[in-house]
Amino acid sequence: MRNAGAITGATLTAATLLATVVCAAGIDPQNSPQIGRGRYLTVVGDCAGCHTLPGSGKDFAGGRAIETPFGTLLGANITPDPDTGIGAWTDDEFVNALTKGTGRNGTHLYPAMPYTYLTKVSRDDALAIRAYLNTVPAVHNAVRANQLPFPFNIRASLTGWDALFFKPGTFHPVAGKSAEWNRGAYLAEGLAHCGMCHTPKNTLGGDKADEKLQGYALEGWFAPNITNDKRVGVGGWSVDEIAAYLKTGHNRTSAASGPMSEMVTLSTSQMTEADLHAIAIYIKDQPGPAPKAPPTADAAVMRMGKSIYADECSACHGSDGKGTTAMFPAINGAAVVQQADASSLMRVVLRGARSAGTAGAPTAPAMPAFGWLLSDDQVAAVLTYARNAWGNAAPPVSAGDVTKARKDLVERSD
Amino acid sequence: MALCIAPALARAATIKGGLPWFPGAGDPPTPVRPGPWLFFTADEAAAVEALVDRLIPADELTPGGKDVGCAVFIDRQLAGPQGRYEARYMSGPFQTGTKQQGDQSPLTASQHYRQALAALDRACRDKYGDKAFAQLADAQKDQVITGLEKGSFKLDGAESSEFFKLLLKDTQNGFFADPIYGANKDMAAWKMIGFPGTHYDYRDWVERHNQRVTLPTVSMTSHPDWSQ
Amino acid sequence: MAQKLPAKDVVIVGLGWTGSILSYELADAGLDVIAIERGPWRDTATSFPISYAQDELRYRIQHDMFLRPAQMTVTFRNKPSETALPVRHLGAFMLGNGVGGGGLHWNAETWRFLPSDFVLRSHLTERYGANFLPADMTVQDWGITWDEIEPHYDTFEYLCGTSGTAGNLKGKIQDGGNPFEGARSRPYPTPAQKQPFSHTLYAKAARELGYKPFPQPSGNLSQPYTNPLGVTLGQCTYCGYCEWFGCANYSKASPQTTILPALLRKPNFEARTECEVTRINLDRSGKRATGVTFVDTSGNEFEQPADLVILCAFQLFNVQLLLMSGIGQPYDPNTGQGQIGRNFTHQTMSGVIGFFDKDKFNFNPFVASGAIGMCIDEFNGDNFDHGPLGFVGGGYLGQVQTNGRPIETTPLPPGTPAWGAKWKQALRDNYLSAVTATSGVHGSMYSYRDNYFDLDPTYKDRFGRPLLRMTMDFHDNELKMSAYLTDKFAEIVQKMGAKQVVKHVRKGPYDVTQYQTSHLCGGAIMGGDPKSSAINKYLQSWDVPNLFVQGATAFPQNAGYNPTGTVGALAYWSAAAIRSQYLKNPGPLVHA
Repeated sequence: MRNAGAITGATLTAATLLATVVCAAGIDPQNSPQIGRGRYLTVVGDCAGCHTLPGSGKDFAGGRAIETPFGTLLGANITPDPDTGIGAWTDDEFVNALTKGTGRNGTHLYPAMPYTYLTKVSRDDALAIRAYLNTVPAVHNAVRANQLPFPFNIRASLTGWDALFFKPGTFHPVAGKSAEWNRGAYLAEGLAHCGMCHTPKNTLGGDKADEKLQGYALEGWFAPNITNDKRVGVGGWSVDEIAAYLKTGHNRTSAASGPMSEMVTLSTSQMTEADLHAIAIYIKDQPGPAPKAPPTADAAVMRMGKSIYADECSACHGSDGKGTTAMFPAINGAAVVQQADASSLMRVVLRGARSAGTAGAPTAPAMPAFGWLLSDDQVAAVLTYARNAWGNAAPPVSAGDVTKARKDLVERSD
Repeated sequence: MALCIAPALARAATIKGGLPWFPGAGDPPTPVRPGPWLFFTADEAAAVEALVDRLIPADELTPGGKDVGCAVFIDRQLAGPQGRYEARYMSGPFQTGTKQQGDQSPLTASQHYRQALAALDRACRDKYGDKAFAQLADAQKDQVITGLEKGSFKLDGAESSEFFKLLLKDTQNGFFADPIYGANKDMAAWKMIGFPGTHYDYRDWVERHNQRVTLPTVSMTSHPDWSQ
Repeated sequence: MAQKLPAKDVVIVGLGWTGSILSYELADAGLDVIAIERGPWRDTATSFPISYAQDELRYRIQHDMFLRPAQMTVTFRNKPSETALPVRHLGAFMLGNGVGGGGLHWNAETWRFLPSDFVLRSHLTERYGANFLPADMTVQDWGITWDEIEPHYDTFEYLCGTSGTAGNLKGKIQDGGNPFEGARSRPYPTPAQKQPFSHTLYAKAARELGYKPFPQPSGNLSQPYTNPLGVTLGQCTYCGYCEWFGCANYSKASPQTTILPALLRKPNFEARTECEVTRINLDRSGKRATGVTFVDTSGNEFEQPADLVILCAFQLFNVQLLLMSGIGQPYDPNTGQGQIGRNFTHQTMSGVIGFFDKDKFNFNPFVASGAIGMCIDEFNGDNFDHGPLGFVGGGYLGQVQTNGRPIETTPLPPGTPAWGAKWKQALRDNYLSAVTATSGVHGSMYSYRDNYFDLDPTYKDRFGRPLLRMTMDFHDNELKMSAYLTDKFAEIVQKMGAKQVVKHVRKGPYDVTQYQTSHLCGGAIMGGDPKSSAINKYLQSWDVPNLFVQGATAFPQNAGYNPTGTVGALAYWSAAAIRSQYLKNPGPLVHA
């Protein structure tokens, strides 16, 4: 709605609100329970993770760079600004964006907007989110979301992509599973879109449906396998330990760092115990891959790695690799150490990492950077050792892997 | 690989909302590299090498002070902020005080060495038939050093025992410092006394009373047991 | 022209132990808090990680993490008749700089004072008569009782996770602890650390001599611990790079490992680092602080207005800021008038080196932590009869050997040359088998008329402001005490089986080049009467009621213990008074 002259931003917002009240059924700007529910749901969905530029102080105003295998997109402005945000959208347009992947006037959204998952969100929940977003300060911020190189910048191609990889439709509870399991499934497969990061993708960027939640490399990290596999998934954790990890960023054996650390602080640490418990129950019921015997590690490399580990790692992680609960992650038996893809490990050793700080676990201990001290050979050896000592078993890391990781990391600012 | 503390935190910063973090942040020490003298002239270096070789003579316990790197250590220190006393309060007025009031000299360490080594050279040539310190026989060198220590071997333009104290401290500090700083080559000094180096976890040893620790000797950047 | 910043409820000068405690307590009370710290941000993984924290040359010898005298120092003289000269290179005490302050690189020896320490003048007068004390000794009662401060010792110990064995639980003496300690309400939060060989051998010898040894209370934790703020510490690994160094594995109690992670989550708290407060500003009446002025590294001046000013800048700089801001009356040793700058005390340290047969004894001195130790308290405070001895005061006697770092651990039998082949052999023969306990006697220092601070007339800092001038010397009382205590200590080390024990008794004059702990105390002491103290029992300035002065500045005299436990306890006691009384009714909390 463009208005010349003296109408101020505040008046415009009010006018927009009135407009939406007139258009919509189902949203009442005075319905504070709906708005509160909507706010909670944006936390569950971690909308801020893509739609808020960190440090800007302008919630949901877009502009954050989202890295995809095809190039960079920018998160859209979803504040109620009528010109550059979604203030002028109808509720149906909003619900369709979430559940059908279509923008205004039927434009295709890129699946970086996780509509393949959000399609499961109920209309009620989608409207609650809209009701909440209507109340955040409108920010005038024009975002050109499509930063992809040719030919990916041609949205029309997405019709074909959708045909292959998008199954629209709301969530249907699975018969025979508990109400809690179904709540967990509704959240994990829908709004919380866990598979967006944790499910491997094919070359076209679609989920590999038969490898659900078995890990995926993105942004220079490897989001690990979170199936119930005992060695490489969360099979070694109880339901409570999964919930504790999501709530505080730490548990007996693990510490969230990197993108998961942000996810925990922005999203899961603020979710209810009941919802976290439900997600944990669902996750524990996801089967892992058929076990594969990895190659045995070279004895000389293991000797070298063991010496390095003793001098540089054991003072925190323990000579037995068991770490300290909620403080130094365990390496002995840790799934995250035994992923096929060692990107996260190399990254953390080379440049360090800070773990999540939450209300439940504020300490946020950090790994120091070892990239200055250890050669590529030495990083490879100590990681191979970590991945194969104490009963761990995972493919070795080569010096070449580390050289490549070091080079890749130069480009990354975080 | 150059690392620096993120500029925002190295200068006046406002910190709120969480613990600051930058990847690869840190300030590890810069290793001393072998090469030409950075501070000493060739003559000064010859004198210092000869001095440290008597302060720490070669024997079955360790190589001499020269071979173990003490002169290199001192050279690199004097060439940098330590030699320039950048951390010290070097404003005047400079007055002589009591022993309890500490060093009140306006000279930095580098200036002190330069003056004292020149004076030492003059004094040696005067007393020993135009020979520089490095050209003296070992017994004569020891005589000179003892004279500096006691203050009886006078230096014109420097105070003998003050210079001796400075030189001895620097030589012994280098001898026992981490080899990254240029001396204590191959951790010879640490091996001599039985100090196993920069290990950080002795939990397995704290209650093994009266037992020799059998860990390999390691330093910050030297871990011979790491090689395949 | 100073740029005026938006007002805050509280401005805190310095972000070390007391700055962190007060920041947390007042942010928790809902106030808008800003802390201004002269030095840089410091944190474990980025400032002292395990890959290079173990650098004796850099951190111990070259003082890398400490305040550089080029930035700020003091001048020193023994007697008022002398000219004070700058401390151009730190020696007798080390000054922290940066977030965490001294709490980052301390030993973490976490003691409580004795109940009698807080009522020292009354106690000594009652027992020995007023004439027993030297005429120029100016010790005083603190204006606070054991019962008032005990819960706050408890709070500080549970913040830190202090490892120890209780000696007196609610009046009942406990085996294995310090039988002389004041009654405590609870045991220590974690058990005592394991002790290496020389420490256990010392304890055995002490027991044989009839003493009751106990483990030194340690802020290097014996096991992982989560404190009431939810912050977790790890287990100490006896690395031997503790005091003077940062801890690389989160196992030494410091503001970083106990408070800052929780404090920085509070949206109503912010810190400014590398900004130096140059003045506390007062209104025209001179009775109310309006905030502080500070300078950033570019030389830009800022004014930070606040309703409440808390001075947490370490003892020396608290005194300097009070003097430079014109708060209170400067002390004049000739007239005895004025409260700001008087009753300056340090510590009276001494000890021995014990040489043992190298073929029978291997002490592995490098296996240690900063607060490891076995101690006896029979000769501390007034735990023994001073009547026949002709002095007052005392200290704990402990085998508290905290490291075997090679540059500083050079046990040489008397007569060994300082260099050459024999020097090398002597080190080779004695390094592993000597007990280098030159700080084994941790003696008190009581206060005197002529040990004090004022502003130097000649030497200036980089802003042109006068340096603080320190006038300090030992008195006969302390030197007599040192000789007596050192003899007792030597007996125990001899009983351990030493073949030779060399005493290192403290001798005068006070030497500003020899390290004697950083336990500087006094200068703005607490008390019940504004005529004889600068701050009241809650650490509130008598002169400026919206100013509180934390730290060991408050101590009227120093006891025979490390002071940080008491500094922490007083901070919590003061914070509690601010929260429960001052905030509800700002103004003087004590009407004299």
